[in-house]
Amino acid sequence: MSKLSLIIKREYLAKVRNKSFVVMTFLSPILMVGMVVLIVYLTKINDGEIRTIGVLNESNYFSTDFQGTESTSFVKFRDIDLEAAKDSIQKMGFYGLLYIPNEPDLEQVASRSYFYSKDAPGSSIVANLENVFKDRLRLQRLQELGVSVSDFESVENNFEINTSSFSGEQNLKGITEIKAFIGGAFGYLIMMFIIIYGGFVMRSVIEEKTTRIIEVIISSVKPFQLMLGKIIGTSLAGVTQFAIWIVSAFLMFGVLILVFDIDPSGLNAGASNTPGLVGGAAYVTASDSAIQLYANELFRIPWLMLVCFFVIYFVLGYLIYSSIYAAIGAAVDNETDTQQFIFPIILPLMLAIYVGFFSVFNNPHGPIAVGFSLFPLTSPIVMLMRLPGGIGEGGVPIWEVVVSILLLIITFIGIVWLAAKIYRVGILMYGKKPSYRDLLKWLKY
Amino acid sequence: MNNILVANEVSKQFGSHIALNKVSLEIPKNSIYGLLGPNGAGKTTLIRIINQIIYPDKGAIFFDGKPLQSQHISMIGYLPEERGLYKSMKVGEQALYLAQLKGLSKSDAKSRLKYWFDRLEIGDWWNKKIQELSKGMAQKIQFIVTVLHEPKLLIFDEPFSGFDPINANIIKDEILQLRDKGTTIIFSTHRMESVEELCEYIALVHKSEKILDGKLSDIKRAYKNNIYKVGLGVQSANGLLEDLKGKFEILSSEYVDDGLQLNFTVQLPSDDTGPFLSHLAGKANVNNFTETIPSANDIFIRTVQSK
Repeated sequence: MSKLSLIIKREYLAKVRNKSFVVMTFLSPILMVGMVVLIVYLTKINDGEIRTIGVLNESNYFSTDFQGTESTSFVKFRDIDLEAAKDSIQKMGFYGLLYIPNEPDLEQVASRSYFYSKDAPGSSIVANLENVFKDRLRLQRLQELGVSVSDFESVENNFEINTSSFSGEQNLKGITEIKAFIGGAFGYLIMMFIIIYGGFVMRSVIEEKTTRIIEVIISSVKPFQLMLGKIIGTSLAGVTQFAIWIVSAFLMFGVLILVFDIDPSGLNAGASNTPGLVGGAAYVTASDSAIQLYANELFRIPWLMLVCFFVIYFVLGYLIYSSIYAAIGAAVDNETDTQQFIFPIILPLMLAIYVGFFSVFNNPHGPIAVGFSLFPLTSPIVMLMRLPGGIGEGGVPIWEVVVSILLLIITFIGIVWLAAKIYRVGILMYGKKPSYRDLLKWLKY
Repeated sequence: MNNILVANEVSKQFGSHIALNKVSLEIPKNSIYGLLGPNGAGKTTLIRIINQIIYPDKGAIFFDGKPLQSQHISMIGYLPEERGLYKSMKVGEQALYLAQLKGLSKSDAKSRLKYWFDRLEIGDWWNKKIQELSKGMAQKIQFIVTVLHEPKLLIFDEPFSGFDPINANIIKDEILQLRDKGTTIIFSTHRMESVEELCEYIALVHKSEKILDGKLSDIKRAYKNNIYKVGLGVQSANGLLEDLKGKFEILSSEYVDDGLQLNFTVQLPSDDTGPFLSHLAGKANVNNFTETIPSANDIFIRTVQSK
């Protein structure tokens, strides 16, 4: 067995056998599911609460307009004054009091109405109340204009413009966002992986320094071999973790299907129909056709290409960042000294994510998106957000992909070379907290 | 070809700090070679260069007559001063890993480890984790890992630190046995008594330069300064001391045994003791007469301080 594969094997086993790794691997899916369940449950509790609102209506309008809903009920007051009503609302612990004064016409009634509550009222409650007033006012104005309600409703329309690419394929609204979201998920995955497993690489280097085993090992292997083996071994452990999660997700999905007796053929029907959709689309109903079109569009996302590029960008991006992490680990004596060096690494990653979500979603091929998808420290994340739109016409120009990957490879070689130099010197330095100037000096050793 | 390792004007600079300045060494085969020097003299840098952990700026190293190359790594065993093991790894697993990194096959490594574990009576540690062992126990493992691949050249940097006297003796005997089997040993230490005991050759490095090297016995001969310790049996204080003081350079003197014995040290002009002894003849009984040979410690201190 070559020395590199020996190192990879040791690093992998050291990581995988670690108790916290095992616990995290099996606990985090449970935690994730638990969190989703908790959020859903809490939302339900929140929505389930029924708020009681008192209505003191002195006007001649709105006598039947305030009807209780799932989340609010109305209690009507009669023949008491406003102060007494407020008092009783507070005594009874009601949510608030809607006061509608007696005025000669509806406009004045509406403008003089008040909603009293103990705390600032929730926006959905205010909106519900406002809607009642708005509907009423609209009806009155329509009557004044002599328009019947049915005429008005026939005027109402929900217009959306049809969009299409020049080549005639129909573009669906929102599909850009959906695609960017898929790309964003990939990008986010890369960022999380880099931060978590880069950190593991760094801690592992620090461990070798603090246990002083490092000099024993590098008298047998080259420091670069050790660094590379460590990075590869640790990331394989990460891949194992992800694989376990994916497999267990599929298993859970299968269990769900069995438990809730969902017919899987129903789920597949949409997808299996899609290729033959072209002719049949005309016969499906309007809403069905939109769903089918979306499904069709999602089906047309070049998944294979996407996965291939994910792997390329992931490997290059991860190698760049984790070798920086390894160099940091080599430069310091303990983890508390790493902060000053870690921030500059996290910065481009965060930037990539934010730029991705704010700029690429709106304009996947705008100058900012293009710039950040070429810049090597952000390209693994940003380019993946752009790629679901395809390559070539209508998508990312081929040259941009080529330049982006080339830049990434050049940066990769450069960074790994620099990191290896810092690593080589740093692992033999003890007892000193290095500054950036020291690191520069080490490059010349 | 009697030298296992030859360093030829090796220089190394870190930034503006010169760590080694044209250091040349010849380390004979099958010897124990003491590499001495104060802290920060450049010993560790030289050892790291021999181990190809770092590379010299100038000069060359020859291993067994050939320029030092990466294939020589498996022929060298190195026990660094700053040493340790993975805390959470099991002893056996870890020893196997380190042995395989030195190029041994897994089965080879296993059988040799078994031999050494039995030899040092630590066979039942195989499945323990390093963090469960004491410092001295971990040092034993490290010694085994260093010598396991039967290297031609062994480099020990402070090998006895962390050992109690009993275990230090066990390790010392193992080192001597390795030498007897034909291994060459470079021995870097501050403990001069172990230098006296073990080293056949020494080199003294100070302020990045080699200031002294050669066979320890030759160096001692060169450093002896014709000082002799003399014990004379005398009847009484009969003016002999005054007589001697007039003729020779007496460094110190005292009467013991109720004035029946005169002990003194004398500095002779050359290593020819004839004139002095013949002067004494008939005047007193020479009870003892020994040359004071400088210890390695004396040589070390004198050389370093004179620079």
